[in-house]
Amino acid sequence: MSGAAERRMTIAAGAFSLGGILLFVALAIIALLAQSGGGDNGAPFDAYVWRVSRFTLLQAILSTILSILFAVPVARALARQTSFPGRIWLLRLMALPLGLPALVAALGLIQVWGRQGFLNTILVAIGLNDPISIYGLFGILLAHVFFNMPLAARLMLAGIERIPGEYWRTVANLGMPSIAIFRFIEWPAIRGLLPGIAGLIFMLCATSFTLVLTLGGGPAASTIEVAIYQALRFDFDPPRAIALSALQIALTGALLLVLKILAPPPLEGETTGKAMRRFDGVSGRSRLADGLWLILALVFVGLPFAAIAYSGLQADLPRLARDAAVHHAFATSTTIALLSAAISVGATAVMIRAQQITSRRRQAGAAARGFAGTISASTSLVLLVPPVVLGAGWFLLLRPFGDVARFAPAVVTAINALMALPFVYRVLAPAMATHAARTDRLAASLGIAGFHRLRWIDWPPLRKPVLMAFSFAMALSLGDLGAVALFGSQDMTTLPWLLYSRMGSYRTADAAGLALLLGLICLVLTVLGTAGENGRREGRDV
Amino acid sequence: MSIYTRLLRRLATTAIIAALPFGASAAEKTLTIYTYESFISEWGPGAKVAEAFEKTCGCDVNYVGVADGVELLTRLKLEGDQSKADIVLGLDTNLVAEAKATGFFAPHGLDTAALKVPGGFSDDAFVPYDYGHFAVIYDTETLKNPPRSLKELVEGDPSQKIVIEDPRTSTPGLGLLLWVKSVYGDEAAAAWAKLKDRVLTVTPGWSEAYGLFTKGEAPMVLSYTTSPAYHMVAENTERYQAAPFSEGHYIQIEVAGVTKNAKEPEVAKKFLAFMTSPEFQSIIPTTNWMMPVAATKDPLPDAFGKLVNPQKTFLMSSEEVAANRKAWIDEWLAAMSEN
Repeated sequence: MSGAAERRMTIAAGAFSLGGILLFVALAIIALLAQSGGGDNGAPFDAYVWRVSRFTLLQAILSTILSILFAVPVARALARQTSFPGRIWLLRLMALPLGLPALVAALGLIQVWGRQGFLNTILVAIGLNDPISIYGLFGILLAHVFFNMPLAARLMLAGIERIPGEYWRTVANLGMPSIAIFRFIEWPAIRGLLPGIAGLIFMLCATSFTLVLTLGGGPAASTIEVAIYQALRFDFDPPRAIALSALQIALTGALLLVLKILAPPPLEGETTGKAMRRFDGVSGRSRLADGLWLILALVFVGLPFAAIAYSGLQADLPRLARDAAVHHAFATSTTIALLSAAISVGATAVMIRAQQITSRRRQAGAAARGFAGTISASTSLVLLVPPVVLGAGWFLLLRPFGDVARFAPAVVTAINALMALPFVYRVLAPAMATHAARTDRLAASLGIAGFHRLRWIDWPPLRKPVLMAFSFAMALSLGDLGAVALFGSQDMTTLPWLLYSRMGSYRTADAAGLALLLGLICLVLTVLGTAGENGRREGRDV
Repeated sequence: MSIYTRLLRRLATTAIIAALPFGASAAEKTLTIYTYESFISEWGPGAKVAEAFEKTCGCDVNYVGVADGVELLTRLKLEGDQSKADIVLGLDTNLVAEAKATGFFAPHGLDTAALKVPGGFSDDAFVPYDYGHFAVIYDTETLKNPPRSLKELVEGDPSQKIVIEDPRTSTPGLGLLLWVKSVYGDEAAAAWAKLKDRVLTVTPGWSEAYGLFTKGEAPMVLSYTTSPAYHMVAENTERYQAAPFSEGHYIQIEVAGVTKNAKEPEVAKKFLAFMTSPEFQSIIPTTNWMMPVAATKDPLPDAFGKLVNPQKTFLMSSEEVAANRKAWIDEWLAAMSEN
């Protein structure tokens, strides 16, 4: 196949993926709007909505800033200290929070930070009377940093690791001090990623629902998502739910745009692709500082997991292991996670490539720029369309075709794939940009294309980010409670659904056992996701 | 006989057994019941109910389970006239007015006068099948002096916390809102402003609240008078108890109705009658953890005798709730959001 034909096919496939995503969302919204009979609760944007919007923005902005401030030193410490024992396990731990259902995370955090939690027990034991209270803005921020700091740190670390190896030799030759390395080498690499990372975290926090309500201490802490849920459930007012979703998208979209303007994309450095060891970060002081940050991150992220594991071990695990319902949920969850991750990674990779090809042409026309822009925008904003809206819309669309329960697995898989897009995009896009800058011209001049290019040029360096994206997407899908509630399919019991169901019928111990199981599955996934990673990043790091 | 012939024989038998229901159901009628998920979960009443009813009706019972009662109504509204439901089981009294407004339900034509439902609920479209009173459940190990009235709850020591549910997203949350409104009337906002200091947090649903409570985060939680029965029967502990309130308790009554488009209206009506029979009522207490509305075959387990039996029951008509819900939730939001 000639290069030009291949480019055309890639663009077509990218356009197809993008069209699929837009259509999937648009159809659901149209169906829901067409259906809405009842519900005229006046203007959608009353004082309540503004109050809720203000709080949404406040907590999401603070959560984002804190997550990033914490993530920068952690990512840097991980990048500099490449050979301490357990480094790879710390990396794996940092991918775990993604796979936790919000309720499980909230209970884990409470076992550490709550009134009867681990921390307060210590504080009371040493004679402090007024323990820390997690309930309120503090708890919300804590939970959001717990979820997002590790994500940000992993994405930043990947960015630092893409810095051409030659830089480190130069740095060592010049004897640059650590502060200068950060300023001239590491920070530019991180800064280029910040709009993407900050945008992602902001969206996750803005749409947070269970965590905000449970830890918020009262209805003063409510997000727009709560209002959307309320509009679609208790009030059954689809136009209002959609208007609120639009508001959520507009607010976040504006913020993402600002972020994008503020931070230009990074320049790609030339490299021979040879891995180089870093020589910095070996002085006693930097090791101490890095060590402290890493221990802090380990304790902060690890303790709630230890609490979840501890509760899980109290459950009757042998009985759960024999429970047919658990087997069934396990099979359903993993199948859906696998499929949705595959779709998400495949579609995103194709879209990114199409974006690269169209925008690199000498005279990228308005159409090409629009195409590339729509891809970035839709991979960002799709998180803001509440799954309840998508679920209800698709329920309406599929109803004429027979028993909706039969379609539930497909709808859930599609929604999960969609929700994973922003994560996958942020893992793959920078890696693919770097890769394209390094290999496109060479591959074209050598005439390597098609499968050969994929196998010998693309796969080796992209294996690591692809696996990481895949494990992120799978974990995300595993932890998702899903929009299946409406479909009433008895065969569609996922693990989080089973967990909630047991919790809802007083079986707290069973729920704790299932939470442990979910955590373990995610751990296995992250082991796969870090398969391209060496514990010590030495030697050949293709 | 070799292992293969045995395996083959077993496969053949399985195939025949698997084929049987198909042959049979062609002649039989199917009753489709929409309900909430916990009704048909492993420990829920669903399977036993279906088995008992199928013996008498010569029909197949087919359940469709959605998340909860509110979701049930949403699903009906989304499906409109094309709903496949013959029976909708699991709405509560607060949803009745809205459910009837959809026009999907047909009169049941049964005499429900003999049913023992506190608060005296009766309706021409919906038949009650169980009920429970909302109650504050407390941990006897950490709370020695539980409140004896709603007033004591509101005015008591703010350092003794309670976890409640959000009326915007959950039925128990709405229940407490109506309870406070029933007792305090126009003073409800002031009561909430006072109670606010005692509220540790407001969760989106019952599961989160009860989870926090059993983790020991707060000594009190809003749940049902029947919650201690679960702990006594299934866990053999009397640690968690309901606090009887002198003003009385607000009730949640669960109801079922026949849809207008039911394909099997006769079977569906038979099911509603079956629902109040001792057969069905005996299944409810230890599977749905709610109180039966009619006589059971055997006496209830001892634990149910130890439960709080409210002297007075509050129940607002569902029309009143539907008309005021938004205003009352706004009032609650304002009172609870003050600093």
